[in-house]
Amino acid sequence: MEYQFHWNIVFQKMPQLLHGAFVTLHLSVFAMLIGIVIAVLLAIAKMSSSRIYSIPATIWVEIARNTPALFQIYMAYFGLGAFGIHLSPYVAVLSALIFVNAGYLTETFRGGFQSIPKTQYSASKSLGMNGIQIYRYIILPQMFRRIYHPMTNQFVWSILMSSLGILVGMNELSGETQRLQSLSFRTLEFFIVAAIMYFIITKFVLLCASLASKRLFKGDI
Amino acid sequence: MGMSFFTPLSWNDSGFILTGVLNTVYISVVAVLIGTILGLAMGFLRAEANRFTNTLLGGVLDILRSVPLIIQLILFSTYIGAMGHPLNPFVAGSIILSLYTMAFMSEVFRGGFESVPQSMIIAGRSLGMSYWQTVVYIRLPIGMRAVFPSWLGVALSVIKDSALVSVIGYMELLRTSEQLISRTQQPLKILIGVGIFYFIISYPLSLYGKYVERKMAI
Repeated sequence: MEYQFHWNIVFQKMPQLLHGAFVTLHLSVFAMLIGIVIAVLLAIAKMSSSRIYSIPATIWVEIARNTPALFQIYMAYFGLGAFGIHLSPYVAVLSALIFVNAGYLTETFRGGFQSIPKTQYSASKSLGMNGIQIYRYIILPQMFRRIYHPMTNQFVWSILMSSLGILVGMNELSGETQRLQSLSFRTLEFFIVAAIMYFIITKFVLLCASLASKRLFKGDI
Repeated sequence: MGMSFFTPLSWNDSGFILTGVLNTVYISVVAVLIGTILGLAMGFLRAEANRFTNTLLGGVLDILRSVPLIIQLILFSTYIGAMGHPLNPFVAGSIILSLYTMAFMSEVFRGGFESVPQSMIIAGRSLGMSYWQTVVYIRLPIGMRAVFPSWLGVALSVIKDSALVSVIGYMELLRTSEQLISRTQQPLKILIGVGIFYFIISYPLSLYGKYVERKMAI
C-alpha cells in the first residue's frame, strides 16, 4: 500500500505548532528554574546533620529518581484529585517536571559541592576571607563549572519529557500535534514535523549552552 | 441507594495487575538485552571507525536521543500501520525501546572502549595477541567493568521509560492501572501501588550501582 503524504495542511497549521513549541520551551524553562531553587534547598537539607531535614530530602530525591516521569504526571493530574486538588494539565505537568528536576539536580549539586576539597575553605579563611567571600569567589565558581554539563543535560531531558503532556491533553508541542492530527488525520506528517521541531529545540538549547559556557568559563571547563 | 457505574478495586483485579507487572518486566528485559547488544556493537564501531563513519553513526544515534520517546513510538506505529504492515504493540514497542536504549548504551560503551589505555593494547599485541584477541581479552573486560555503573543507570531509565509504550496500546503496568482507575475511580490507591512497584525494582538496583561505583573509586 502506498501512503500519500500531504504536507499542505501541516504548513497551514504551522502557527499552532510553533505556539506549541513555545509552550514546550517555557514549560521546560520554568520547570528548570524552580527545580534549581528547590534542588539547592534539598541539597543543603540532605547534607545537614539533622535528620529532620535530611530524611525528607532523601525521600524526595529517591522517589523522583526511582519512579517514571509518566507516573509522576499521572499522580499530579489524577492522584491529587483524591485530596480535592484539581490541577490544570499545564500545572500538573509543570509540577511533575519540577519534582523530578529537583530530585535529580539535588544529587548533581551535592556531588558538585562535595567535589571541592575541604582544604580550600581553610586556605581561603587563612587569606582573611569571610564566609560570603569564600562562597562567592572560591566555592561557587568552581562548583558551577562542574555542574554546568549535568544541568544542561537535565534541561534537555525536561524538554523531551514535557512531551508527556500529550497524555493529559496539554497544549504543548506534542499535545498540539495530537490535537491537529486528530482534526485532519495526517498523523504521520504532523508527528514528523513535531519530531523535527523537538530535534531543533534540543540542538538549539545545547548550542546556546555551549556558547554560554565558552563565555562564562573562558574555554577551560 | 443510587446505582453506581463504578465498581471498587477487589482481589479479582490482582490477575489483571499482575499481567501489567509482568508485561512491564518483559518489555524492559527485552529492550535492555537487545539495546545492550546493539549498543555494544555501535559503541565499538564508534571507538574504532574513521571520522566519516563516526559522524554518520553519531548523527543517527543523536536523532534517537533528541526526539522524545513518545513521538518515536507514535511515529513508528503510525508508519508501519500506514504502510500496511501493522505490528502488535509488544513488537513495535520493543523495536523502538531497543533502538532508544541502543542510542544511550552506545555512548556508555564507547566511553568504556576508549577508557582502556593504548599502552595495554600495545602490550597485548607485543605478546603476540591478534587484534581481535586484544578486543576480547583486554578491551572488553577492562572497558566494560569501568562502565558498569553507567550501564546500570541507562538500564534503570529504560525500565522507567517502558511506561511510555502504553501509548501504542501495550498493556504494561501503567496502562492496566489507567484502565482500573477509569473503572474504579480510585486513582490514588492504584497509582501509589504502581509507584511502589517501580520503586522496589529501581531503588535497590540504584543503591547497588552506587555501591559498585564507590568500590571502584577506591
